[in-house]
Amino acid sequence: MTESRGEATQASATGREVNDTMSEARKIRLLVAKPGLDGHDRGAKVIARAFRDAGFEVIYTGLRQTPEMIVSAAVQEDVDAIGLSCLSGAHMYLFPRIVELLRERGVDDVIVFAGGTIPDEDISALKKAGIAEIFTPGTSTSVAIDFVRTHVRPRP
Amino acid sequence: MEIIERIRQRDVRAIARLMSLVENNAPEATAALKELYAITGQAFIVGITGPPGSGKSTLTDQLTKEFRGGGKTVGIIAVDPTSPFTGGAILADRIRMQQHSLDAGVFIRSMATRGHLGGLAKATGDVVNVLDAAGKEVILVETVGVGQDEVEVVKTADTCVVVTVPGLGDDVQAIKAGILEIADIFVVNKADREGADKTVAELQAMMGLAPGRSDWSPPILKTVATQGQGIAELAQGIFAHRAHLDRQGLRQTRQRERSRALFLELLQEQGTRRLLERASANGTLEQTIERIARREMDPYSAVEELLAKAGL
Repeated sequence: MTESRGEATQASATGREVNDTMSEARKIRLLVAKPGLDGHDRGAKVIARAFRDAGFEVIYTGLRQTPEMIVSAAVQEDVDAIGLSCLSGAHMYLFPRIVELLRERGVDDVIVFAGGTIPDEDISALKKAGIAEIFTPGTSTSVAIDFVRTHVRPRP
Repeated sequence: MEIIERIRQRDVRAIARLMSLVENNAPEATAALKELYAITGQAFIVGITGPPGSGKSTLTDQLTKEFRGGGKTVGIIAVDPTSPFTGGAILADRIRMQQHSLDAGVFIRSMATRGHLGGLAKATGDVVNVLDAAGKEVILVETVGVGQDEVEVVKTADTCVVVTVPGLGDDVQAIKAGILEIADIFVVNKADREGADKTVAELQAMMGLAPGRSDWSPPILKTVATQGQGIAELAQGIFAHRAHLDRQGLRQTRQRERSRALFLELLQEQGTRRLLERASANGTLEQTIERIARREMDPYSAVEELLAKAGL
């Protein structure tokens, strides 16, 4: 997770480009959320920073969020994607619950991805439950960024 | 229009989606704002501004709790800066507002400045109107951390709360000049810190140097937002200012000023855009600029000529 600034410096080669980046019509909005009770948000902060440096608008809501709080924030902020980070081991309950709540509210155009200490054997079950992708420790942030860029649903 | 009906019915997803359309300058947004305009102008709009780290988000959170206790519905717009290098932003004001995240009477929206100067995002006024149309009774607009002259919030808010903290330096450096003039209420937050009384005294002295303001003298209130201290008094101060505006008919005056600013801004923006579109249609704009650069033509006559061609 080291190459977060690469794109940033490219985009700011001249003042004019800076301006264009700022006023670009369609910004991708991402909610970075930490469900569950663990108090480790370094991973979430690294992800938030990396996506910001890639030009995303990142909404960060802090620690210890319930699935209900996360979904409520995602709806009010009209995000395109939700990135979940969980190190507590409760991901098998929390992640699917978030997808379920989104569906209950009729939200079908938000992709949900996740990272953290997720054992390999849980990954396929989580994907079946509607988590689009799981990024395990050691994944470069640029992989996650490319994934979100490729998979966000088009909107006006 | 379906989205209009859904917003009138306070559908959270419709409200949120319209805000995005507004931010992205989508044509559907203008159409919806036209329809909704007639039912706006009901909400009471409070601006919260001040330097970075002064506790604006925590104050906004606590004020929301206070207003909710009084039965009012609340809309919050929290603005954070866009990075000038990447165009990205981290919007983290919600961290301090978690207690309201499941309250259907509170709608929180984070906005990035997207390069707009002045302490707000360009679309903030329109997003206020969306919340207003959706029936939020009090709308709190939290600016980015501001320095000395980012005072655009005064164009949006009925009541402006300027927040400072003890120990920012002699004569309360960070809120001199512009910011001082826009305050309807001063808050010295983190008032449990050393130097709070000195900061209050400095503000009083500064106000003494700036006489001639109407019959409203901005109160200076001490708060410790993290502990909820002084929040009830701040809410009372806001209501007192609102009563003052109503008594003096100043709310209408402010609304008229706001309408003027909005109208002129739109006119300027669209007028300029259309003129430029017309002028650049057949390459004449670049030719004219080239001639000005070569001193074959002066820019003053060039502008007059362009406007004359447009029948102005």
